Amino acid sequence: MATYGLMIDNEWCTGCHSCEIACRNELGLPRGQWGIKLLELGPWKKLDGTWETKYVPVPTSSCTLCEDRVAAGGVPSCQLHCLAQCIEYGTLDELAQKMEAKGYKCSVFLP
Amino acid sequence: MSLLSRVSEAPNMTELEDGTKVFRTTQWSPPGCHDVACGLRVFVKDGKLVKVEGDPEQPITNGRLCVRCLTLPEYYYHPDRLLYPMKRDRKYRGQADKWERISWDEAYDIIVSEYHRLTEKYGYDTVSVWCGTGREASGYQFQLCNEVFHSRTAIHANGGWSCVIPRQTAMDWLLGSAYVEYDGAFGFEDRYDDPRWECPKYMLVWGRNPLWSNPDGLFGHSTVDMMKRGMKLIVVDPRASWLAMHAEIHLQLRPGTDAALAMAMNAVIINEDLYDHEFVECWTYGFEEYAERCCTMTPEMAAEICDVPAEDIYRAARLLAQKPCTASVGLKADQNPNTLQICHAVWGIFALCGNLDNPGGVKLGQTMKTAGATGRKGVGCQIEEEDTNPIPIAGHDQYPAMDFIINTTQPDCTLDTLLTGIPYPIEFLYIQSSNFISSCITQQPKRWLEACRHKEFIMATDIMMNPTIQGLADLVLPLSFAIEHDGFVSLHGCNQPGQFNAIRKVIEPAGECKSDLEIMLDLDHRINPDRDLEAEPKWKDPYNYLNAKIHNFPDVPEDVTYADLCEWVYGRYEIPYYQYKLGLLRADGQPGFKSPTGRVEFWSTVKNKLGEDPLPYYEEPRFSKISRPEWAEKYPLQFTTGARRPTSFHTEHRMIDSLREIRPAAMMEINPVTAEKYGISQGDWVYVENPWGRAKFKADVTPIVKEYVVNCDHGWWYPEAKDAELFDVWKSNINELMPHKEIGKLGLGSHYGALPCKIYRAED
Repeated sequence: MATYGLMIDNEWCTGCHSCEIACRNELGLPRGQWGIKLLELGPWKKLDGTWETKYVPVPTSSCTLCEDRVAAGGVPSCQLHCLAQCIEYGTLDELAQKMEAKGYKCSVFLP
Repeated sequence: MSLLSRVSEAPNMTELEDGTKVFRTTQWSPPGCHDVACGLRVFVKDGKLVKVEGDPEQPITNGRLCVRCLTLPEYYYHPDRLLYPMKRDRKYRGQADKWERISWDEAYDIIVSEYHRLTEKYGYDTVSVWCGTGREASGYQFQLCNEVFHSRTAIHANGGWSCVIPRQTAMDWLLGSAYVEYDGAFGFEDRYDDPRWECPKYMLVWGRNPLWSNPDGLFGHSTVDMMKRGMKLIVVDPRASWLAMHAEIHLQLRPGTDAALAMAMNAVIINEDLYDHEFVECWTYGFEEYAERCCTMTPEMAAEICDVPAEDIYRAARLLAQKPCTASVGLKADQNPNTLQICHAVWGIFALCGNLDNPGGVKLGQTMKTAGATGRKGVGCQIEEEDTNPIPIAGHDQYPAMDFIINTTQPDCTLDTLLTGIPYPIEFLYIQSSNFISSCITQQPKRWLEACRHKEFIMATDIMMNPTIQGLADLVLPLSFAIEHDGFVSLHGCNQPGQFNAIRKVIEPAGECKSDLEIMLDLDHRINPDRDLEAEPKWKDPYNYLNAKIHNFPDVPEDVTYADLCEWVYGRYEIPYYQYKLGLLRADGQPGFKSPTGRVEFWSTVKNKLGEDPLPYYEEPRFSKISRPEWAEKYPLQFTTGARRPTSFHTEHRMIDSLREIRPAAMMEINPVTAEKYGISQGDWVYVENPWGRAKFKADVTPIVKEYVVNCDHGWWYPEAKDAELFDVWKSNINELMPHKEIGKLGLGSHYGALPCKIYRAED
C-alpha cells in the first residue's frame, strides 16, 4: 500500500487561504478548527537585501487527504481551489521525485 | 470568422445519486467582485444551497476559487441579509429600528411617485444614480440613469474619479486604444500553449496587487501562472507585496512620486538608444518632444525624489527595453493629481519599445462598446450622439475636459453641487451597490453624509444593511445574488479577450430578492410605459436585454442566443494581435490608432487642446514634506491606503465570520523601527491623525513598509456593532483623513495616500 501525501511548492504559495476554507467546507469543521492551516515564515530582509518569506500550508491531523473525492476521481479540495496551484496530491514516491526535480522551496506533508 | 466560441461541452447541470443538483455558472456580483467570471459548481439539494466549489472547466480560473466564493453559503444564509423591500420615514434617517417591510408594488409606487414629483419640481437631472466599483450593477448604471430616468446625473463619488477612468483616459489619448491589459493569452483555446502567444520576459507591475484586487475582470493569479512559465517581475510599489518580494527588481518608491520614476525610465531607454526605431517612426507622434521632456528627469534626480537607488532605475529600464515585455498598471496610478502624466510615461515605455499588441506585450483593447465609457462630446472616443444641453453636467463647467472623458458628474464638484444646488439641485438619490460613507470611494465621507442627509428622496439597493443605507435611505430594495439571477460577464466589457460567460439563475431567490436588471426593467415599464417594445425588445425582459447585450459586441454570431450561452456557460472571446496594422482600432477601418493623428501620441494633441501640458511632467505630492514643510514636524509620517486583501471586496464581507476569523479588524502596517520608536507592539490599537481627522487601526508590525510610511486598511465598518452609530463606521475610516478636491488640472486624480499623519497608541 503506497503512502500518500501533499506536496506544497512554497515558492508560489501566495497566502490566499483558499485551502483553509475549502478544506473546512469539505470536512464540515467548525470555526477555530482547521484541516489545513496557513503558516507564515517571515518576512524579513536578509543581509544581501533579498527577502526571507514563505507561506507554508500545513495539513492537520484532521486531514483525510480527501479520500472520498480522490476515490471519485477528483483531487483534494485544497488542491483544486488553491489560487497559485501550488498544492499537489500523490504518492510519496511521486512527490519525492517532483520535489527533487524542483530542487528548492518545497515541502511534503504526510498528515 | 467568429472570435467567440464555446469552451466546454460539459453539461451545465448534473445530478448526483442523492438528488443533489450541481449547476455550473459564473460569479460576478453580488456579493461583490469584479467581472472576473470565476467558474462555480453550485450544489443545490431540495432547493437549499449546500456548497460552492470551483469549476475546472472555466478556462482561466481552472477550478481555483478565493475565500469569498468558498464562503458564499455563509453569506447567502446570513441572518442579516435583506430579503424584502423596506421603507422608513424620512425623518428617521439613521435609525435602525424604524424600517418597515413593504411589497414590491408599494416600493415601486413610492419610487415612481417621488420620481414624478421631483422631476416636475427640479427637472430630470435632479435624479442621480450612484454606483460603486466594478460590480454587476455598474453595467446598468448608465442605462438606468440616462435611458430609464432620462437624467445625466450618474455619480461615481470618487475624488478625481480615481478609479480606472484616469488610466482609461490615458489609454485613449496616448495609446489611441480602449482598455489595455497584460497579455495573458486569455482568449486562446490552449491558453499559454497557443503557438501565437509568447511569455513576456518581464512584467512591469505598477501600483497594483492583482492577486487580491483581480482588477476589472482580470484573474490576478494569472500573473503567478506566467511567473511559473519564466516571466520575471519589476514591481513599483511603496510596499513590499508578495509580488514585490518575488520581483527581480522592486522599486520601493516614496508614495506619490511615480511620474518622476516613469520619466527617468524613459530617459534611460532614450539616452541609451534602446527603443524600437521602426515602431517609433511608423506609428508614433511627437517623439522628439517627448524624448526631450523625459530626459529632463535623470535617473539620479528621480532616485533622489523617489527614494530608490539610481542603479535600479537603469537596470529596470534596460530590462524593459526587450521584447516582449508587458505592463500591469493599477489603481495607484489613478490616485494622484499627477495621474495622467504617470500613465502617459508608464505606457510610454511600452510604446517606445514597440511592446504594444504584440504577443506577450501590452494587449490593446478594442474600441469601447459599452455605454457611459465615453464623454458626452467625444474626442478620440466614439459617441453616437453629442449632448447639446447647454446646462453642463455637475462639475463639467469647472472641468470641461470631463465632457471628453466620461458621462458622469465630476465627482469632487458633485459634493459642492449637493451642497449648493448649482448647476441644478440633486434631490433624488438612487444608490446601487455603493456604501460610500465607509472608507472606500469618497474622501471625507462625513461631509458626503451631511450633504445628502437633507435630500428629498434617497433609496438604495443591496444585499445587506450597511452604514450608508442606515444613514441615508428612505427605501431599500433587496438584491439577489449572482447565483439567483441571469446575467452576462466578460473581461472589461469585451475590450479585452477572455471570458464571455453566462451568470445563471441556479437557485430560487431568497425572500423576495430581485436583480439590478430586473429592478431596472420593472422601473422602466412603470416610468416609460409608452416605450415601443417591438422596436426596442431589450426593454421587454431580462432575457431580451441580455440577448441584445451579447450581440452588442463585434464578431458575436447572430445565431448564438443568450439561451445558448447559458447552455455553454463559458464562451471564449479572442481579439487579434497587431490590431493597429489590421485596421481594427479605428472607426474608418484604416491602419493606425484611434487618436486624432492616428498614431500613438507621445505629444498629446488632446491634452493640448484641453489646456493641459501635452507631455508628461512630475508634480510633487501636494502634502509631502517638500510641499508642506511647515507640517513636517507635527506630522512626521505619511500613510498609504487601499491595499487589497483576499477576505473582502472593499466594504463588503465584513459580516462573514469565517473571513473575519482570518482578518478580524482594520490593520495598519508599520515598520518595526517606527513601532519601537512609538512604543507600539503587534496588535495594539493605534490612532492615525492629521488635520482632517483621525481613525483607529490594529498595528501589524512588518518590515514591508518603509520607516516613514504606514499603510492603513480601507473599507472597514463593524456590522456586529449594531448599537453603535452607523455600525461604528467612523472608527477605522481612513478616508476621513483625506483632502477634498485636491485633483489634477483636468479633474482627474486625487491623493488617497502620500498624505501626512502622526500616530499614537490608543489608550481608550
